[in-house]
Amino acid sequence: MIPISYIIRNIKKHKITSILTILGVTLVVFVFAGVLMLSNGLRATLVATGYDDNAVIIRKASQTEVQSIIPYDQAQLIVASPEIAPAKDNRPLYTNEIYVLINLPSRTDSTEANLVVRGITPKSFELRPNVKLIAGRLPQEAGSEIITGESASERFVGCGLGERVRFGAREWTVVGIFDAAGTGFDSEIWGDITQMSDAFRRPVYSSITFRMADTSQFTGMKDRLENDRRLTIEVFREKEYYANQSRTITTFINITGTVISIVFSLGAIVGAMITMYSAVANRTKEIGILRALGFKRLSILLVFFLESIFISLTGGMLGVLIAYFLRFIRISTTNWDTFSEIAFNFEISSQIAILAILFAVIMGIAGGFLPAVRASRLKIVDSLRSA
Amino acid sequence: MSDSMVNIFGLYKSYYRDSLEIPVLRNISLKIPEGEFLALMGPSGSGKTTLLNLLAGIDQPTSGTLSVAGEEISQLNENELAKWRSRHIGFIFQFYNLMPVLTAFENVELPLLLTKLTKKERKEHVETALSIVGLAERMKHYPRQLSGGQEQRVAIARAIVTDPSLILADEPTGDLDKHSAEEIMILLTRLNQEFKKTIVMVTHDPRAAEKAKIVRHLDKGELD
Ligand SMILES: Nc1ncnc2c1ncn2[C@@H]1O[C@H](COP(=O)(O)OP(=O)(O)O)[C@@H](O)[C@H]1O
Ligand SMILES: [Mg+2]
Repeated sequence: MIPISYIIRNIKKHKITSILTILGVTLVVFVFAGVLMLSNGLRATLVATGYDDNAVIIRKASQTEVQSIIPYDQAQLIVASPEIAPAKDNRPLYTNEIYVLINLPSRTDSTEANLVVRGITPKSFELRPNVKLIAGRLPQEAGSEIITGESASERFVGCGLGERVRFGAREWTVVGIFDAAGTGFDSEIWGDITQMSDAFRRPVYSSITFRMADTSQFTGMKDRLENDRRLTIEVFREKEYYANQSRTITTFINITGTVISIVFSLGAIVGAMITMYSAVANRTKEIGILRALGFKRLSILLVFFLESIFISLTGGMLGVLIAYFLRFIRISTTNWDTFSEIAFNFEISSQIAILAILFAVIMGIAGGFLPAVRASRLKIVDSLRSA
Repeated sequence: MSDSMVNIFGLYKSYYRDSLEIPVLRNISLKIPEGEFLALMGPSGSGKTTLLNLLAGIDQPTSGTLSVAGEEISQLNENELAKWRSRHIGFIFQFYNLMPVLTAFENVELPLLLTKLTKKERKEHVETALSIVGLAERMKHYPRQLSGGQEQRVAIARAIVTDPSLILADEPTGDLDKHSAEEIMILLTRLNQEFKKTIVMVTHDPRAAEKAKIVRHLDKGELD
């Protein structure tokens, strides 16, 4: 075998070309990894919004709380379910909530964006231990008071502590800020359910969330409730419910991102190919010498193939490394499944890192293949005669 | 027959350019006994390099038989030839042709990478070869850190490190000053006399040819 140091030193020798080729691959892998981290972060945020032993009930086929309506009589039947765990006060641990989308101007450019207003009950906090009041107090049952998620309070005009905001034909005072640990709730406004159903004239619930006493009973309970003729509802595990909400947008991001990455990668492949063709041209004589010494065509093929893969691997690792720092960027977007604003971070995973580096290696293989074949096909006498 | 290192009979070699035949070697017959030091002279374009390439098995004759180091090499396929070459042939070129990115040691080690020798054995062989050419102290130098004469001596070490039966040298002093050329010739003579290597050397330099035991002339593809 021709030694690896021969390959690496040749890469180092042609610094400028090698660095440019590496940077091309770096850019593509950065974009590719970034896209995957984006959808992964979004998914992780939404999945984290749900709890393992919580169940969510919405109207059948409504998919999200936006379109969901649960009449009071159906709600009464549901909350009588024996599978519901007891709360601290020994009453069943459930909350029925309403969920309304409103428009508010953003603080930065005053364009309007959607956000969620959730009418909550006192048990809403007990069901979601990650959600904590970090400033001010809880809203009173009477009066136009709200609390806002940290992200919503920062992003929307009038949503900061002590500020006032108009929606639902009323003016509301922000009396508290809650932190939802980076979950989807962070981008919501919460107020008392009776106030909200008054303001929005909604004498129904959007969803019911409850704690299961025993999660292994989930399937049985789901069957029972969904087959109950008096009910037109669907039952989800809360985690699964929120994961489903990220599906449309993460699929969109993944597909667009992959298409963009592939288009970009064509550029990087052509770059690698040009680099490798010139490496073959520059070293035609060396190839002849190696063959004259007794190295086979396959060894020559491998040298140039490995050289290309090594270049792209370096670019790939660099791309992943740079993409890693995207973790510190927080972005927000509209979740198309719920039409609401959601804030989240890019999130890396070992799977994404491996996939991105694999992508780089594929670029190296694609770019190095033809030049390596050319190198291995040269006739010894011709390459020895070349200058 | 068996004590001939090279046995060529009725050898023809033509190149074809756009279906135009360019005869390069015509009806060459040549026996070179083991231990010979043959200098091949002749004008530029007379086919000297082509003949060496045929002896090294890196080019194929158009017709005729060609037995080198006991093997009828025109019968071997490409991979067999590569293996045969790494075992039997040491090649020395006019422009040294060392790998610029490898040190003197690594350049000399290259042909040994095709053998089954261990790393330690390879090291011993390389050190021996480099000390024969008087460059044991320059092992870690890269070609660009060496003079032309030193580069050629490294190339000779590379050619002899596998202990080949036949050394083929194509104008080995052609690019060197008088003094370096002399050193190289002394070295080749030593390889022939002390190490009993059979050498075929192409040269334009009458002083170099003088050192050989026998001189043959090639003109317009025909041997005198
Ligand atoms: N690959 C080739 N294709 C066509 N003609 C060639 C090729 N190689 C060598 N020749 C021709 O063969 C002749 C002999 O070349 P060569 O053996 O290099 O001569 P020398 O080494 O004696 O100078 C030259 O006329 C050269 O142009
Ligand atoms: Mg020549």
